[in-house]
This record gives sequence, C-alpha cells and structure tokens, in this order.
Amino acid sequence: MSYFRAENLSLHFGGLKAVDAVSFAVEKGEILSIIGPNGAGKSSIFNLISRIYRPTSGRIFFEDQDITEEPPYDIARLGIARTFQNIELFENATVLSNLLVGRHRHSTTQLWQELLFLPSVRANEKVHRRRVEQVIEFLDLEPYRDKLISGLPYGVRKVIELARALCSEPKLILLDEPSSGLNVEETSDMSFWIRDMKSELGVTVLMVEHDMSLVNRVSDRVIALNYGRVLAMGSPAEVQQHPDVVAAYLGA
Amino acid sequence: MRFLFKTDYEDDIRLFPHSGYVVSYGILLAVLLIAPYVVSSYLMSQLVFVCIYATVGVALLILTGFTGQASLGHAAFLAIGAYTAAYLQKYGVPFPVYFLAAGALTGLIGALVGFPALRLQGIYLVIATISFAFIVEEILARWESVTNGNEGMRVKALSLLGVTVSRDSPAFYFLCLAVLVLTIVGTLNLLRSPTGRAFVAIRDSETAARSMGVNVALYKVKSFAISAAITGFAGVLFAHKLSFISPEMFTLQLSIEFIIVILIGGTFSLHGAVLGAIFIVMIDPFLTYLKDDMPGIIAGMAATFGAGTQSAANVQSKVAAFASLNGLKGAIYGIIIVLFVLFEPLGLYGRWLKIKLFFQLFPLYKRATFKRQKIYVKSERNR
Repeated sequence: MSYFRAENLSLHFGGLKAVDAVSFAVEKGEILSIIGPNGAGKSSIFNLISRIYRPTSGRIFFEDQDITEEPPYDIARLGIARTFQNIELFENATVLSNLLVGRHRHSTTQLWQELLFLPSVRANEKVHRRRVEQVIEFLDLEPYRDKLISGLPYGVRKVIELARALCSEPKLILLDEPSSGLNVEETSDMSFWIRDMKSELGVTVLMVEHDMSLVNRVSDRVIALNYGRVLAMGSPAEVQQHPDVVAAYLGA
Repeated sequence: MRFLFKTDYEDDIRLFPHSGYVVSYGILLAVLLIAPYVVSSYLMSQLVFVCIYATVGVALLILTGFTGQASLGHAAFLAIGAYTAAYLQKYGVPFPVYFLAAGALTGLIGALVGFPALRLQGIYLVIATISFAFIVEEILARWESVTNGNEGMRVKALSLLGVTVSRDSPAFYFLCLAVLVLTIVGTLNLLRSPTGRAFVAIRDSETAARSMGVNVALYKVKSFAISAAITGFAGVLFAHKLSFISPEMFTLQLSIEFIIVILIGGTFSLHGAVLGAIFIVMIDPFLTYLKDDMPGIIAGMAATFGAGTQSAANVQSKVAAFASLNGLKGAIYGIIIVLFVLFEPLGLYGRWLKIKLFFQLFPLYKRATFKRQKIYVKSERNR
C-alpha cells in the first residue's frame, strides 16, 4: 500500500475537465514533482487534496485512510501541510505569529483556559515557540521574527510560507511552485531546503514546479500532466525525454 | 531608545515587554483609582461612559479588528444585555447572577447570529448585522409583556453583597473600571494564545487558515459569541448607569458610534478601543457646547466686522436653527469617519505611535515609515 494515493481523481468545471481521471501514488520519504504546461491541472490537484475543491469523482487515500470526505481543516490535522503559489500569508501579523498559526493543529487548550492564560496554556505556548524556533533556525529566518509580513520582500515571504507549513510538523508537505518569483540564488537555497526536509525532517514532499533545474536537482520521481491527464511518470530524465511530454511543451 | 534583548521565550509571551510599561500603566491605574475623589461628578459620569464604551469597543475589536467580521449590530447586543438585566432584576434576581446571565444569553444569541453570518463577507455581513439590530429593536418595542414596549423599563440601583451601589457613586465607577480591565486582560490573553492567532489568521486569509487546520466556521462563531457576551456585560452596566432603558436608545446610531470608537481609536490594537471611547464620549459635550455657544459667537463676530444689530441677530437665529437641525450629529459622525479613513487610517493610537517614534528616532524620523504601501502581489483568493 502506498503512503499517499490518488485514484481516478477528476475535477470538472461544467464541460472543462481540469483534472481528468488522474491516479498516482507517493511513497513515504520521496520527493515527487508534478510538472506540466500552464493550465495542466497541477494546482487543481493540490486544491483537491487540501479540499479547497471537492473532487467530481475519485478518491484520495493517506496512510490507508480515505480522506476524500474529510473537512478542509482536518487535512492539516492528519499531517498534510501546504504552501500556496501566490503566497497566502497573514499580512498584518508578525512572522512569529504566522509561524505559530502553523502550530494550530497541535493546540490542545480550551477557550476558557486561554482567557485566563492558565499555566497549562503558558507551557504549551513555550513548546510551540520552541518548535517554531527550530524551523526559524532551519530556514535562516532569524532576522525577521518580529517583522510584519506586509513589510517583507517577496523572496522572504516565500520562505516564510514554507516555514509555516513546516511548523505544523507535517508528514506530507505540498509545495505549490516553491521557486516562482525567486532569483537563481534563492532557488538554489530552496532546493537545498527541500532536500534537507526530506533527509533531516523525514517529510514526504509532493511538489508542483515549473523550474526544470530545481525539479531535476531534488525530485526522486516526476509526473507530467497536460489537459488534466497524466502524460508520463518516472525519473526526471525519463519524463523529460518522453515524446508526449516534449510534444506538450514544444508543440508537435 | 531602548533595545530589548530577548533571552527567553517568556519575553515573547509576557504582557508587559519591559519595566517601563509596568511603571506607566501603574501610574495610569493609580490616577484612575483616585479620580472619583478628585474630579467633578460630571466628569466622573463621563468616565463611567468611557469605561462602558471602551468595553464594547474591545468586544467589537475582537470581532471586527481581529477576526475581520464587520458588525453594525452591536447596539442590539448591548440592548439584549441591558434588557436581560432589567427583566431579571424585576424578579429579585441578585446582581452577580443577572450580570452573568446577561453575558451568557447575549453570547448565545451572538453565536446564533454568527451561524448565518458564516456565508457572508464584507458589506453583506454588515447588512445582515444591521437587519439583526432592526429585528431586535422591533422586538423590544413589541414584546410588551417582557420589555414594556416603547414605555421603557426602569432599572433600580444595583445591590452587591447587600450594599446598594448608586449609579453616581465611586463604587459603580470602580465596577465599570474592573469590568473594562478584566475584559482587556482576558482579550490580551486570548490574543497571545492559539484562539487569538486563529482569529487573525481568518481575518488575513481564510484559505491559508483552513489549510493550517483552523476550523474557520467554528472560530468565526466563537468570535461572534465572545464579542456579543462582552457587549452583554457592558449592557448591564449601561442599563444601571442610565437607570431607564427604552428601545429608541439602541438604534443604528449607537452601533455606528461603536464602529467610530474602533475606527478612530485604531483597529489594530486594544489601545484603540479606549482612545476611541474617550473621543466619542467627549465629543458629545463638545457638540452641545458648539450648539449653545456657537450662534452667539458667530453673531458677535458678525457685529465686530460691521454688521448691524439687526443682521447680527438674524445671523444668530440662522446659525442656531442650523445647529439644532435633526440628524446633524449623524452627519458630523459621518464626516469624522470619512476624514479618519482618508487621513489617519491607523486611528488615534496610530498617531500616538508615530509621535512616540518621532521622539525615539529624533532627528531621523521618516514620514514614509507609516506610508501605506501598494501591494503588488495580490493572490487569487480561493474562497
């Protein structure tokens, strides 16, 4: 049994088949990239997994549990975190409180305890804070702890998105174009972090990416999509030489 | 300028970042505690209203400022609190019981209002809360067996532990102050724990909040309930302070006054609620002063600049007629809101921060520090 599995996943908007009977599996501890031209349905697959969209048909399994019908907020609770292509940070909050929201799935305190800020709440806060500090150290975010997001440059925000997802201590992380809008150096930093996530934190990575150099550097396997269908699946080199993939990108 | 070197996670959690805060808030508290024995009884009464308005302001900040759900229905929550107190008091229920009951009932109704509000955003939510306020106002006027209709209800002086606390006594002021301080401390506690952060997350991006495991619907309802409950507590004090309540006290204009409290004070910090409350309570005597004295002053000026006695008297009566126009207060409120949104979007507390920073950085302060920046990256929101 695979760690994460999508079976015949479809998403139709009226007559448009954004995702059309896509099946794939992610093994524990691997980095799987999804590539494809614009509008191929890559981000739609992510939105199906994080339940922003409801699939027209098909099922999603995680750790042998059917999560197709789970409410969106429970997906994070199960250990699946994600980042967003266009950055969905909490603009008017500090970096620290953004990252602490990432800890939300681990919060156990009740409302009345929080109103009184009982010792248990304080103790929990310190645990959260320590975990957040580990992520801050991992991603070199020390200079930004108390800064507001709205004053930070794009490249830093992108890293904070990754950090927020990591703060939830996910088992599976969905990265939606982690390198979009980043320069060459930032992209290479990102590739190191993605590999470290896998090797040091033991996180399984499912990634949508356009930058082929990043895909080649980090991916164990690649899936190529076009018009909502799987064109090819395999190692990065295999997929890039697949005639259908070449045709999709260059136009045959 | 003071630099804070954080050496412990506790430094990020504590309410007072450094000893300077303890000193200044200590002095403020001391001043507030000796105030009733020093200032005039009129100013005392105004201070009580500041406490009540600030409490509602904090409640509204939780909902609007931190959770991002606008509400123009808080006058209705205040009314529910006030009427619950008046009704229960009639049947001899002791103060602590009906005080808590009013908060609980208002909180429950707030949660019920929160449910239909889950599907509404922005202006539509405002419309929904306004209609809720109108419904409550109408019920108060019609349900005569409970509310005594438009005749209104008398509220007797409250008695606590066998002691009667009149609405003008220092004890009543201390009670209002205590409710305000407890509300502020409770809210600060909430804001530094997971619930408060979930509120802020919902305000800034519902999609991201959801994908981080925040049950958006549940937390919105929680925010409505907490905000309504606090307003209900304030309503009890409001009823006691006025000693008489009737439906026409809880109109849309009152809800707008509450919105002004937070807009003018500043929506990003609890300081805003207090500053805004001071502003709104003090503007009333100021307007009365203008209304009473302005016609005379203008007529006097007209006479100085060579107008005849006849025409000066003419000017005086014209200005007096204008000043006593119905709805002038509402118009002035409207102008104030527009001016603040345009020129001081961070409110009075934002202005205070700017002044503070000016002296901290003197002579290096840059106006651009607080300039609103254009956001170039705006995500396609998945709602």
